[in-house]
Amino acid sequence: MTITAESLGKLKYFAGLEPQQLSNLPQLFKEKAFVKGQTIVAEADINENVHFVSSGVVKVFKTSSEGKEQIIKLIRPGESFNDIPVFNPGPSPYSAQALGNTLIYWIDKKDLLGLMRNNWAVTVNALSAVADQSRLLLQLVEDLSFKNVTGRVAKILLQHSTPGPEGTPRLTQYEMAAMAGTAREVVGRSLKALEDSGAIKLEGHRMIISNKEYLKQLAGLN
Amino acid sequence: MTIKPIFDQEKCDGCGLCVTVCRCGALEMQNNIVNIIEVAHCGWCMDCELVCSTGALQCPFEIVTLDT
Ligand code: SF4
Ligand code: SF4
Repeated sequence: MTITAESLGKLKYFAGLEPQQLSNLPQLFKEKAFVKGQTIVAEADINENVHFVSSGVVKVFKTSSEGKEQIIKLIRPGESFNDIPVFNPGPSPYSAQALGNTLIYWIDKKDLLGLMRNNWAVTVNALSAVADQSRLLLQLVEDLSFKNVTGRVAKILLQHSTPGPEGTPRLTQYEMAAMAGTAREVVGRSLKALEDSGAIKLEGHRMIISNKEYLKQLAGLN
Repeated sequence: MTIKPIFDQEKCDGCGLCVTVCRCGALEMQNNIVNIIEVAHCGWCMDCELVCSTGALQCPFEIVTLDT
């Protein structure tokens, strides 16, 4: 594994750069391979490096004091994370964990700011990455605080709890998210909350509705 | 009965992320196409569905109501 101009050219931060501009970059980067489940950045760490996923996939999430997890975003090849502390000094606002075997590149703040100073395309790409994250976070704020997603999910489960002509109803978390008008990550959290409250039980691929009355109450149906 | 995620080859772009995250060895890449092997210990972690950005892999829940 060596960092090449070609592999850096696949990162969104460096889209639009000429091959000759890319050829000067590899020396500014470091790389490290992570295995499934390994933490790359921990929330509250002081870490002023922008990280990039070269291959594999990374989960960026926050954890509550009771240990509950909210996934914020999955970072796929070409995308970045931990950009916030680079542009706004302070600890890392979230944790990042490898979901599978993952190769990460990173560049430190000083070198990145130097690159941005000399290269308008990198500056615009960096702004675009950070703006993308802001948009996503605002959407999450809306979903978590204004929409009663747990109530909506409860209603969807009730509507799909009776076997039809095609047998037992089946639903994915993406389908529930589309029906509830939210992201899969938010549905995941609602299902966890429903499980913790005893309304449902998740056993492998089976979702057992164990307290229908409570689900109805959450869905505002009685 | 062993269960396994549902795969739609038409939607798959061959990125391989699902294979990277699977912890039970149920998924493998063969000639750029995902092959799903029935394994006894797919724990329905749904990580493959989570990372698949094309919707080619799905892990639906069977919704069952407990008779009370
Ligand atoms: S649900 Fe989990 S264990 Fe089963 S095939 Fe998908 S990634 Fe592998
Ligand atoms: S993650 Fe989805 S698109 Fe990528 S290889 Fe797997 S099934 Fe295909």
